[in-house]
Amino acid sequence: MAPQTLYEKLWSSHVVHQEADGTALIYIDRHLVHEVTSPQAFEGLKLAGRKPWRISSIVATADHNTPTDHWDEGITDPVSRQQVETLDANIREVGSLAYFPFKNERQGIIHVIGPENGTTLPGMTVVCGDSHTSTHGAFACLAHGIGTSEVEHVLATQCLLQKKSKTMLVKVEGQLGRGVTAKDVVLAVIGRIGTAGGTGYAIEFGGSAIRSLSMEGRMTVCNMAIEAGARAGLVAVDETTIAYLRDKPFAPKGELWDKAAAYWRTLKSDEGAQFDKIVEIDAATIAPQVTWGTSPEMVTTVDGRVPDPAQFADPVKREGAERALKYMGLAPNTAITEIAVDQVFIGSCTNSRIEDLREAAAVAKGRRKAASVKRVLVVPGSGLVKHQAEAEGLDKVFLEAGFEWREPGCSMCLAMNADRLEPGERCASTSNRNFEGRQGAGGRTHLVSPAMAAAAAVTGHFADVRELA
Amino acid sequence: MKPFQTFDGLVAPIDRANVDTDAIIPKQFLKSIKRSGFGPNLFDEWRYLDVGQPGQDCTNRPKNPDFVLNQPRYQGAQILLARDNFGCGSSREHAPWALEDYGFRVIIAPSFADIFFNNSFKNGLLPIKLDAAELDVLFAQCEATEGYRLKVDLAAQTITRPDGKAIPFDVDPFRKECLLNGWDDIGLTLRHDDEIRAFEAKRRTEHPYYFA
Ligand code: SF4
Repeated sequence: MAPQTLYEKLWSSHVVHQEADGTALIYIDRHLVHEVTSPQAFEGLKLAGRKPWRISSIVATADHNTPTDHWDEGITDPVSRQQVETLDANIREVGSLAYFPFKNERQGIIHVIGPENGTTLPGMTVVCGDSHTSTHGAFACLAHGIGTSEVEHVLATQCLLQKKSKTMLVKVEGQLGRGVTAKDVVLAVIGRIGTAGGTGYAIEFGGSAIRSLSMEGRMTVCNMAIEAGARAGLVAVDETTIAYLRDKPFAPKGELWDKAAAYWRTLKSDEGAQFDKIVEIDAATIAPQVTWGTSPEMVTTVDGRVPDPAQFADPVKREGAERALKYMGLAPNTAITEIAVDQVFIGSCTNSRIEDLREAAAVAKGRRKAASVKRVLVVPGSGLVKHQAEAEGLDKVFLEAGFEWREPGCSMCLAMNADRLEPGERCASTSNRNFEGRQGAGGRTHLVSPAMAAAAAVTGHFADVRELA
Repeated sequence: MKPFQTFDGLVAPIDRANVDTDAIIPKQFLKSIKRSGFGPNLFDEWRYLDVGQPGQDCTNRPKNPDFVLNQPRYQGAQILLARDNFGCGSSREHAPWALEDYGFRVIIAPSFADIFFNNSFKNGLLPIKLDAAELDVLFAQCEATEGYRLKVDLAAQTITRPDGKAIPFDVDPFRKECLLNGWDDIGLTLRHDDEIRAFEAKRRTEHPYYFA
């Protein structure tokens, strides 16, 4: 057989039916559900008198709308509460493999809890009504974000209508410098290929720098594949993957585990497999990244400067940059380290796992939040992450530094709950989107790694974490 | 879903790249558990000078006079001209719901974000990818001509300009068929239920650990 890419292996093992024009029905192994994009799907299903096809594929949680403090008061915003209660009612009625409702100790951001509970397994197709489903590709899963009509389609048929993507290999070779994290790698990739660079592709991340990342780092990278326009990101299975999954609650046990692991080890691109596009990046050239605009591709290094739009040759890009600088309230050529921040957010499905919190805590330890910074929010990705962090004393480190230690959820990543920026406020954020208004109407977001966010919190402006020592 | 056949509509231009789903429908409106009623909040942050809240009556909110869709000449627009990577960002289907509820039936851009592109078809909204040079002409004509209209013929796969020039466009045959007939994807898929069952049974035997 001709050598195959990982994507092709995953694709061909899930095709149920194919139309002449290439549109295929793909079987879905895991369906992740949260409160924002599911109510209309459950309603549609009911209205049509249909039943869910395979309940044991469903893993659900409430994350987008849930508050991150005063849990004793419940969800005070009535509209948010209705959405969460609708999910409760739907899951109660329909059933699921696992449901982690508001306040459950395993509740958290859907893309954090899937892997940590072992409900995301290599070789699966994973879907969720959320674009950052690409996160799960770190486990060599074909993981897609889908719309609400598709949520309903998967509920009703256990399948998704798809066309095969093209394949791109992003190869990051070499060793990452000190203070350079998975987040910096993926921001550098997006800076290189652009937010539409991956449109129509499934991106496989490979090369020695990716291999050397932990599963958590790989999830950070795949999480942002969607910000490069790719619906799916992928990393091949290796011993790091296998070791992570062993003993996770929903991972197979005993003989089944051995059988599974043997199969999982085949989930990598074959030697000589052909990609439609290859992008190569030298890991040693990547420095800590900071975005300066309103799209993740508007990114530079911490020792860089805000660009001058006049220098952009492409008129659409120039106008985009001008508009972005106006929105961000930045003058061309400003040194990144001169930009002061009002708030700092450490959290989101990109960077709220235990290793992220450890990185941030390492910088915060023995330091204090700068007086000019109004608020530093640290929001763990799940109840389990929170527990672990507290067991390691990270909560104390943050609290002593003047940071706030919160309950798990999406929080200020998209500001659907009470955590948000005021108009004009500037935030160093470990999330994945710096769109206009993303963290609150008029708010200004700069995307950075957890260590860089902590560095901004203690200095009051962007600072090179490599120099903070 | 409404079937889509030929269609003649007023055109409005949004001349910026990377229009994201947060701009199309800001997140506070995602708290709704309904599918309809998002039209008044389409492009909310660009369209109004105040901050919109879900459930609010928008008729008396202060409008931003600089936003293109607020100009009198574009009232009632049903065809949107846009730039690269339209609909990037989240998977929220609220974006096509809002566009459709506002009255748009067609969006023409050089490129779209994948999930948005997909979601549009499922809601009777036709996204058309057109060559950037071809689109530049449409932008220029639209801006120069008040009451500028285009005719879109899905069966023939053409956009016809007021000057009579017909521009061909590509569309996936399967999606075209569904849109022309207003077919429901789920109903179509369930015609293959035997195949799905057979696939599932085989997968369960070969990979039992996915079915625990
Ligand atoms: S953390 Fe942010 S990006 Fe991730 S699922 Fe929640 S809202 Fe979406």
